[in-house]
Amino acid sequence: MEMKEVFVRLDRCLGCKSCEMACAVEHSTSKSLFGSISEKPLPIRRLYVEKAEGQNVPLVCRHCTDAPCVAVCRTGAMFQDTVTGIVDRKKEKCVGCWMCAMICPYGVIGRQKEARVAVKCDRCKDLDEPACVRACPAGTLVFATEGEFMEVMRKAAAARMARMALSPG
Amino acid sequence: MANEVRDRSIDPASQEMLEVCQRAGLETAWDRFDRQQPQCGFGELGLCCRNCNMGPCRIDPFGEGASKGVCGATSDIIVARNLLRSIAAGAAAHSDHARDVARTFQLVVEGKAPSYSIKDPAKLERLIKEYGVDSPVALAAAILAEFGQQEGPIQFTRRAPPQRQELWKKLGIDPRGIDREIVECMHRTTMGVDNDYVNLILQGLRTALADGWGGSMIATELQDVLFGTPAPVFSEANLGVLEPDQVNVIVHGHEPLLSEMVVAAANDPEMIELAKKFGSKGINVAGLCCTGNEALMRQGVPLAGNFLSQELAVATGVADAMVVDVQCIMPALGALAGCFHTKFISTSPKAKFPGAVHMEFHEETALETAKEIVRTAVLNYQNRDPAKVHIPQIKSRCMVGFSVESIVAALGGNLDPLLGAIKMGNVRGIGAVVGCNNPKLPQDYGHINMVLELIKNNVLVVTTGCNAQACAKAGLLQPEAAEKAGVGLKGVCKALGIPPVLHMGSCVDISRILVAAAAIANALGVDISDLPAAAAAPEWMSEKAVAIGTYAVGSGVYTVLGTMPPVLGSSAVAALLTSGARDVVGACFAVEPDPFKAAKLMIDHIDGQRKKLGLA
Repeated sequence: MEMKEVFVRLDRCLGCKSCEMACAVEHSTSKSLFGSISEKPLPIRRLYVEKAEGQNVPLVCRHCTDAPCVAVCRTGAMFQDTVTGIVDRKKEKCVGCWMCAMICPYGVIGRQKEARVAVKCDRCKDLDEPACVRACPAGTLVFATEGEFMEVMRKAAAARMARMALSPG
Repeated sequence: MANEVRDRSIDPASQEMLEVCQRAGLETAWDRFDRQQPQCGFGELGLCCRNCNMGPCRIDPFGEGASKGVCGATSDIIVARNLLRSIAAGAAAHSDHARDVARTFQLVVEGKAPSYSIKDPAKLERLIKEYGVDSPVALAAAILAEFGQQEGPIQFTRRAPPQRQELWKKLGIDPRGIDREIVECMHRTTMGVDNDYVNLILQGLRTALADGWGGSMIATELQDVLFGTPAPVFSEANLGVLEPDQVNVIVHGHEPLLSEMVVAAANDPEMIELAKKFGSKGINVAGLCCTGNEALMRQGVPLAGNFLSQELAVATGVADAMVVDVQCIMPALGALAGCFHTKFISTSPKAKFPGAVHMEFHEETALETAKEIVRTAVLNYQNRDPAKVHIPQIKSRCMVGFSVESIVAALGGNLDPLLGAIKMGNVRGIGAVVGCNNPKLPQDYGHINMVLELIKNNVLVVTTGCNAQACAKAGLLQPEAAEKAGVGLKGVCKALGIPPVLHMGSCVDISRILVAAAAIANALGVDISDLPAAAAAPEWMSEKAVAIGTYAVGSGVYTVLGTMPPVLGSSAVAALLTSGARDVVGACFAVEPDPFKAAKLMIDHIDGQRKKLGLA
């Protein structure tokens, strides 16, 4: 079965950071906004909204095949689930060497300072839909199979082309 | 589906109409609330600032991102500024309503508004004396001057116990002028002015006090002068009051200026004749929200429902006209009315709506406009689509209209019987439960469960606004509801023939509760903050509720909120509101969405106060 992934529609992000906040709350102990902001340590987000070339870009772990962060991890903390393809880390094995953070081409591996361990997207395994996707008010983040996502993109492109073809002049 | 409507409202009439709406594909506030999920966390925490165009800025509550706005504002500053703007907006709403009433009063006493008259001359005389003037014309001028005055006091603030007035002066929060405080809030919160969260919140208290003991109280008192001080009257509440074979005119909003005229027009024999000519059996006026409360307690006009019932009333298919003035009117009504024959009629130059017919109301020609509105409804009756008609056969009897004057009368002329009952413990204390509906909670769930808990524990409940209407619908405003009260309260209610929950009016009439609290405190020789009393807004949503909660706390009343105000982004502001304020004004806020736990907080507070007063 083809697994669902978090895709980004790059033209849509409003920069509201709702995804970042929802991610932190989902990775808190209380799992509630009002509870999470007084937790110690504070929960940490796993995705980041950056601005570059005038564009808002949410960066979220791509869960790469043959992921570089897994390849460089010398303790075996970082691993890839062979069935789901999700790249995750075993907290107890992490020694905080940050090789994974250095090698990640997207810069989406953060750290939990107090415990000195890496933190990254686990694609909200317990949820039907990751918290970031559920929080996105603009339809920027899409949880879909690659096939489904390409269909969304094709339909949007087709609509654009049709408008161009039909617009006078 | 059945499950879902139970999650949306505990009112059986609302549940029935929600099923009708779902079957018909009609969108309601609950559907739109679902479409808004999840709501913005920065907004929920009060951490977003849009007050200048270097922003919008927001603070990362998890400490990784920005901890300051572009100007350097911290979470404490941003949260306090946002709170102050909410208070200003709420105070502005009540006070601008009061201004309209005062203007009408002025036109009446100058003989320029023939549709109106003075219905309570005794109260008029008392007010003239209180203001130290010599004529109704001078009273109107004196009251209107309080909006624009630069220095205090606002006359009605002198009704507070002397200790309270001294405290306000000491803290520098004795209000100077009604409009001045609101304007100053806007000034202080604009870019680069007040950036001390304590100083901001003190101004919030002063502005709110100018509402409770100023704008709101002026609205209440002058409405009494113009339309009569409410006295106990029986009526009915819930969507079942809409009549299948009469012209239904629903009045919705907040001011009685128009609705009183609509009631008069609907009783005009010429109009009733016209209604019969067009095939109906008569004209039925029903109320929603605080316009509904005003008409209910003075005219016994039946009540269609509270805030979240407004769309459901249209969906019955028998609303021949939905007539609105200002505040709490959903802009969604226009599109919804378009699915029915309903004429959605706006009347205030301040409040226009998409999909509405505008029939502008002016004091000088009030009755003529009201007749025109009623005529429009009468002529519209024949356009009803019988296939779309669905009226839930659900309504409750209610006894309403407990102004302070009528409570004192019910007690036999003075407060002593109530004070005695409080001292004896038959009445453990007083709970003021008020406020809106909010789809964050099932409609009326917070209201009804809290009130039941309180009366069960012998706390006499005084109520206004949407809570009063929830209680009316649930049958808690009839003397028979005393059976649901604890033994002590039940005995008191039965002896006096009153319900255990006293309907004191609309949201501006929370000023009546302040007057009652001051009278009780003065009789006991203590401050309001010493009373065995607590307040709550279990389902609040409006900025007006923020102002009300703030003046309640500023007046010394412990206040429990049922939905979280957007202040948690600053632990300093949250701590000031929920505990620090106690050392400053003798009262603070609490937040508790569970109505059972919230009632417990209030009862515990009341017990603590009793102990301090040396009452068993």
